[in-house]
Amino acid sequence: MSYTVAGAEGEWEIVCGLEVHAQVTSQAKLFSGASTEFGAEPNSQVSFVDAGFPGMLPVINAECVAQAVRTGLGLDAQINLVSKFDRKNYFYADLPQGYQISQLYHPIVGAGHVEIEVEGETRRIGVTRLHLEQDAGKSLHDQDPSRSFIDLNRSGVALMEIVSEPDIRSPEEAGAYLRKLRSILRYLGTCDGNMEEGSMRADVNVSVRKHGEPFRTRCEVKNVNSIRYVMHAVEVEARRQVDVWESGGEVRQETRLYDNVRGETRSMRSKENAHDYRYFPDPDLLPLVLEEAWVAELKTHLPELPDAKRARFVSQYGLSPYDAAVLVAEQATAVFFESVAHGRDAKAAANWVMGDLFGALNRTGRTIEDSPVSAAALGEMLDLMADNTINGRIAKDVFEAMVETGDMPGAIVEARGLRQVTDTGAIDAAIEAVIAANGDKVEQYRGGKEKLFGFFVGQVMKAMAGKGNPALVNEALKTRLAA
Amino acid sequence: MTSSLTELSIAAASEALRARKFSARELTQAHVDAIAALDSQLNAFITQTPELALAGADQADAALSRGDAGKLAGIPLGIKDLFCTTGVRTTAASRILGHFVPPYESTVTANLLRDGAVFLGKTNLDEFAMGSSNESSAFGPVTNPWSPPGKALVPGGSSGGSAAAVSAGLAMGATGTDTGGSIRQPASLCGIAGMKPTYGRCSRYGVVAFASSLDHPGPFGRSVADCATLLGSMAGFDPKDSTSADRAVPDFAAACARGVKGLRIGVPREYRQDGMAQEIDALWEQGLAWLRDAGATVVDVSLPHTKYGLAAYYIVAPAEASSNLARYDGVRFGLRGQTNGDLDDLYELTRAEGFGEEVQRRILIGTYVLSAGYYDAYYTRAQKVRALILRDFTEAFGQVDALLTPTTPNAAFAQGEKVDDPVTMYLNDVFTVPADLAGIPAMSVPAGLDGAGLPLGLQVMGRPFDEETVFAVGAAIEKSAGFTARPRLRAGV
Amino acid sequence: MSLDPATVKRIAQLARIRVTDDQVAPLQSQLNGILGWIEQLQEVNVDGVAPLTGAADMALRMREDRVTDGGIAEKVLANAPDRAGEFFAVPKVVE
Repeated sequence: MSYTVAGAEGEWEIVCGLEVHAQVTSQAKLFSGASTEFGAEPNSQVSFVDAGFPGMLPVINAECVAQAVRTGLGLDAQINLVSKFDRKNYFYADLPQGYQISQLYHPIVGAGHVEIEVEGETRRIGVTRLHLEQDAGKSLHDQDPSRSFIDLNRSGVALMEIVSEPDIRSPEEAGAYLRKLRSILRYLGTCDGNMEEGSMRADVNVSVRKHGEPFRTRCEVKNVNSIRYVMHAVEVEARRQVDVWESGGEVRQETRLYDNVRGETRSMRSKENAHDYRYFPDPDLLPLVLEEAWVAELKTHLPELPDAKRARFVSQYGLSPYDAAVLVAEQATAVFFESVAHGRDAKAAANWVMGDLFGALNRTGRTIEDSPVSAAALGEMLDLMADNTINGRIAKDVFEAMVETGDMPGAIVEARGLRQVTDTGAIDAAIEAVIAANGDKVEQYRGGKEKLFGFFVGQVMKAMAGKGNPALVNEALKTRLAA
Repeated sequence: MTSSLTELSIAAASEALRARKFSARELTQAHVDAIAALDSQLNAFITQTPELALAGADQADAALSRGDAGKLAGIPLGIKDLFCTTGVRTTAASRILGHFVPPYESTVTANLLRDGAVFLGKTNLDEFAMGSSNESSAFGPVTNPWSPPGKALVPGGSSGGSAAAVSAGLAMGATGTDTGGSIRQPASLCGIAGMKPTYGRCSRYGVVAFASSLDHPGPFGRSVADCATLLGSMAGFDPKDSTSADRAVPDFAAACARGVKGLRIGVPREYRQDGMAQEIDALWEQGLAWLRDAGATVVDVSLPHTKYGLAAYYIVAPAEASSNLARYDGVRFGLRGQTNGDLDDLYELTRAEGFGEEVQRRILIGTYVLSAGYYDAYYTRAQKVRALILRDFTEAFGQVDALLTPTTPNAAFAQGEKVDDPVTMYLNDVFTVPADLAGIPAMSVPAGLDGAGLPLGLQVMGRPFDEETVFAVGAAIEKSAGFTARPRLRAGV
Repeated sequence: MSLDPATVKRIAQLARIRVTDDQVAPLQSQLNGILGWIEQLQEVNVDGVAPLTGAADMALRMREDRVTDGGIAEKVLANAPDRAGEFFAVPKVVE
């Protein structure tokens, strides 16, 4: 069932495309040797090139080019061996040159696609293009009553603008597309995907139409900086447009701002004045020409990407597609899982990672990269279960101890005497004691109330401080009660 | 002694310095004195730096006595005030740069300093190098040293201060930039040599940009050999300029002595214009005769798109300039307009107060030709015509080794004569603009005087990166012309 | 193509150059003079010609990804007409 917006006149379909600005992971800026590190003192990561000083010239960073190509390959996109840089001219306080160097006419990457899954259905969202461009600086408007302050640290940092086709039909699809894109970028190591630090931002193009209609006028919602906000922006902007159309109005093509506090979009009239960017080829730069062999070389070093990894997890480990998707979303999780699963029961490994480990990470506010339980430790714990050193119940306790102390499970089991009891004498003794103490229940059981078996198991395990081997306990108990 | 020091060639001065016939301090002092004596009349310098020059001369003397002096040790030069110089105000002859003091050095001036050159100061120019008469400078016009008594002639532009300084003996050589003729035209009008090398030969790093794809730094000298020596120092690959050519720098000075025997010299028939002064046409014929006599073959060639060069230039150059000059916004450096209004008020007032009329005009033209709906009709079309002009040259250079033409359609004119009609002023560059559009090397060599006793130059153009042939042809003309006339206003007179 | 007064004002606004009302007419005539003269390019047959954007016949050279610049806030700010601490300062911008 496809997503629609209900209006007075019937159902409306959402048409949405996203322009994602992803900060390229690199040491230095796109056209200067200043650092890209986040959070530095104001204007401390600024060269004269970044500040647009007279006579300063851009020289391109090879790694930024390579990162764009890797991303293009990861999006299964066409790599343009010749691309060119253009100037986008406009005045703003945090745009020192008075133009942004971008690629309008000849982008480095052409058409590609991203596959998303929403409600079990797979859809392919087209990627129109990817181009390299410079970021602007930052204006701070709230530091002084009469002035705005300008920090140029971001000025000149490389961005990839990744433009999708208007293939997105619901807020959920917009969210799925962004999550998938973010996951691919992080796998490739071309963008850290950190939306809080502004490494990924999206401009959201939205229009609505009735079923079967051609596209109607779209609005662009600028600079939305979280996946949740993007989804919400799509929803509220579509709603707004439906209301405009149904009240007899007309949606005007314009740039709008998403207000996450009020949960609405509003017109940015300041951007309306001068929409003539006077693009032209940047005469300080020459065509960017890539060798086919160089692109091929980058391709051979691409990591396995989420879709491929997910398919492999299903076929190689027998995981469900859902579990596989959860495990591959972050590369670090996938690596952790494979390390635990290697030579072990993969489903058990998956359950421990997605269950107890994720729970523990959530609880302690940590990420898989700084998990208190290493993959080796979790693997050792699975081994202890497999060779019957501990049972599943004790394993839960051992795992908690691992989270708390960071110790290896073997050491915890030894130190705390948690090794399970397989000595049939000890088991029999515990059973005798339980039977002796619960004569009435034994009568009932023997009288046909077989549900009580679980009660006896529990009592015996309790008597053994949980360390009894469950299989042996079951077997001995069954024999004894039948006697 | 003093006056003869300001008349020396760079080669002769270098030899004398090495022989300790005089010191670098004496040589620089002679030029500092000449500037003090004459610059109030010429206005060739925007900023004079005598203390820095003398300190540089002392360093040169020390290096000379140690025996590790660079090839330009102690040679006093003028630097067009478009080249950023560390710690020395750089204005581009514009109010908008105000008291801008660059914390960095252009590559070209750094190369000259590396070789021991001494900088006397920053020379005047048309604001942002936009002009052909040096009248658009915010620091006042430059007077051509050849001006007759009681009449101020223009030195040409945009590098008018550099050309006037070298011509008058205020500097032994100077740097310039040539975007549409800004080295060759003033060289011609001031009776000196000026070389615009191949695009990419001299780095643009640290040179205030006018039109990036057309800006060519290059030298002025009183002789072809001096230009060759200076270019040898200024040129070279620079990783800080993406358009810099990664090529070895040949021995340009040696090329001056090659002669022209066996060379084929092209005469582009399209440069012969209706209404061109008869004496310019005659000088051109004379130049061809000199080259024939020296063993070259003269061949007629056609550059059919020449006449469209200027119009294409006046689209491309303003378009690039409108973008290059957007950074002068009163935020990070330079002049800021006084306003209590918003950011746009600040921009508009800063730029209205800071830029002169001609610069404003070109920014507006450039903004218009790039604006939505007009881009293809103007900019794209101009760049196609530019491709045709390059194709003309490429075809011509299939038949000939160099081209000879007049440098300018007229000699120096009076200040104020052409300021009212921009297009008339633009026509000054009709012969020089095509070489800028194509990026090929071209130089102006003083070849004679007109009836009024004003100097006229001939222009030699060559294949890309073949400055050597251009110098060889230029030196041959210089030798035959035996041009020894000196301007009325000059040092020591 | 010739400019009307409204276009002159629009271009001046795009270029962020304040043009007073009494400047519009003379500017209009000068700009139209230049544009009229440029019109001669329409005579040229440019069919099938690729535009030449620059004279350098090379591909773009790339530099290594190393931090070689920055850490010069004081030099970057030294020429600023107005600053606040380590920031450049401009009249307040209202979004």
